[in-house]
Amino acid sequence: MSNANSEILVDVDGVEMVFRRGAEEIHVLKDLHLKVPKGEFLALMGPSGSGKSTLLNLIGGLDRPTRGKVRIGGEPLEGLSDRRLADWRARHIGFVFQLYNLVPVLSAERNVELPLLLTHLTKAQRQKHVAAALNMVGLSQRARHFPRTLSGGEQQRVGIARAIVTDPTLLLCDEPTGDLDRKAGDEILDLLQALNREQGKTIIMVTHDPHASARASRTVYLNKGQLASEPLQ
Amino acid sequence: MKFLPVIWSNLKRKKLRTTLTLLSILVAFVLFGFLSAIKQALAGGISLEGANRLVVRHKVSIIQLLPESYKARMERIPGVSAATHLTWFGGIYQDPKNFFAQMPVVPEEFLPMHQEFLLKPEEKQAWLRTRTGCIVGRKTAEKFHWKIGDKVPIQSAIWAQTDGNHTWEFEVTGIFDGKDKNTDTTQMFFRYDYFEEARIGAKGQVGWYIVRVADPAQAPQIAKAIDAEFANSPAETKAETEGAFVQAFTRQIGDIALITASIMGAVFFTILLVTGNTMSQSVRERTGEIGVLKAIGFNQGQVLGLILAESCLISLLGGVAGLGLAWVMIGRGDPTGGMLPLFAFPVRDLAIGFIISIVLGVVTGVFPAIYAMRLRVADALRRI
Ligand SMILES: Nc1ncnc2c1ncn2[C@@H]1O[C@H](COP(=O)(O)OP(=O)(O)OP(=O)(O)O)[C@@H](O)[C@H]1O
Ligand SMILES: [Mg+2]
Repeated sequence: MSNANSEILVDVDGVEMVFRRGAEEIHVLKDLHLKVPKGEFLALMGPSGSGKSTLLNLIGGLDRPTRGKVRIGGEPLEGLSDRRLADWRARHIGFVFQLYNLVPVLSAERNVELPLLLTHLTKAQRQKHVAAALNMVGLSQRARHFPRTLSGGEQQRVGIARAIVTDPTLLLCDEPTGDLDRKAGDEILDLLQALNREQGKTIIMVTHDPHASARASRTVYLNKGQLASEPLQ
Repeated sequence: MKFLPVIWSNLKRKKLRTTLTLLSILVAFVLFGFLSAIKQALAGGISLEGANRLVVRHKVSIIQLLPESYKARMERIPGVSAATHLTWFGGIYQDPKNFFAQMPVVPEEFLPMHQEFLLKPEEKQAWLRTRTGCIVGRKTAEKFHWKIGDKVPIQSAIWAQTDGNHTWEFEVTGIFDGKDKNTDTTQMFFRYDYFEEARIGAKGQVGWYIVRVADPAQAPQIAKAIDAEFANSPAETKAETEGAFVQAFTRQIGDIALITASIMGAVFFTILLVTGNTMSQSVRERTGEIGVLKAIGFNQGQVLGLILAESCLISLLGGVAGLGLAWVMIGRGDPTGGMLPLFAFPVRDLAIGFIISIVLGVVTGVFPAIYAMRLRVADALRRI
């Protein structure tokens, strides 16, 4: 690496997030700083309502901060138009959600194919990528299944396949094991860990579960709108 | 195109709801087809052939008779090149619902004036030779399987023969075709001399006159001159161009165009609400999914396009199926058994129907699509 900065993939710099609910202002994030080096597996913990999802959305370009800057791979997101931001997300970010959020009327392979519809790949190329992604999560046999015929763990693996099919640099996971039992959750964590170690994916994972955060290379705690490296008692 | 499976699968989300919506669109378009066909059938009779012809009827009403002697007087009016008369026979063949028009005419006068009826010369000769002969339009001949030489009994509700018998027998001496497809070939014509001699009462009285004018541009003035000729006589006349005559006749059953337009307006408005409701419901249910699509990287235009394509697909499916069904049903012919000889689905209206179905798709999709387009991803995802 030519300079130290190129190692930093996610740079959240003095971000503030204020929501308005009627006349009331809710300050969710206050002057928050976070740097995530490339290749890190970061766990983000904190009490419910502390703003974990909000922070993840800002990093993923799903929302814009009230103040402060978010840079991903050196690219300042506030400079991008909505359209360019969508385009940027398609190429660089994979999202994994707590409730899997698969499209119920599409088969597993069609769900995984969705992000590829936004690329210029041919049908054959798309199929190849879909097969590879499903293979990676161990669901090649279930390609034609619809979400309602899959278990929670399997649905989440389809969700992960959908997140990695475009080969993004950054995976953002919002409580990916939150709805799964210990065994299924462990399988998902194994998968994320493998993606991190073997494919060098940078992962930020929101979780409530210390067992899950133990798999990460680092854990940060969000409280009262700020980050700390130790949980507040 | 690669988005088609995604759009298509959305229709399968709630199969019952989609089916019901499709059915209501389909029914609306079948109705549209039938109203178009009826409108055309009623407005149709006006052909260009009639441009140089006037219809002269009794001023009070078409059912009042006029003296046969008017012919000579009309032909003396400047600009009139010929006149001939017809009389409503009001007959039925076997069954009252087998409606078609029959009229006694003077063949030597009638045929030259109606070039749109194509009759073989030998059949014309046969008619002139046969006193009880008649000529029948192709459509009616085919309907009843009549052939040249058949003797057909027609029962008249109006006219009895001197022996009191209401059933008249005619011999089919000719079958005529229309010059184009707008020509009515359901009618039957028989000889006035036979009719005049055999009928009881009203001798020397005829139904109405067809008057040929030398110059169509002069038609309105000549019509006035004819009416002036018979003013203050016991049988005053009303002369008008054939087109105007048909239109006036049509107007008796109301302004068809306006009625059909209002019915269609009401129907499509209802369909708009039904489909619009379906679309906005189905998009709202999918708020979370739309959030996911946006998170994945679908931009606003793509989300808008997906929803619009879906609503257009629904209304095109229903619309095309409805228009197709109407086409097939209308193609099977006049449902009234003869009252609407020109009953057909005009191709122009078919095209209009197609355009309406696209417009319907856009209009019903546009608000849900804008809603989906504007949805903030973070909000959409929270709502799951
Ligand atoms: N769009 C919004 N409008 C108003 N308030 C919002 C909005 N989004 C988030 N909030 C508020 O911001 C706070 C943080 O929400 P967030 O979802 O980020 O919390 P979280 O840490 O992810 O919680 P959980 O662990 O329950 O998922 C909450 O109080 C929430 O009500
Ligand atoms: Mg959350």
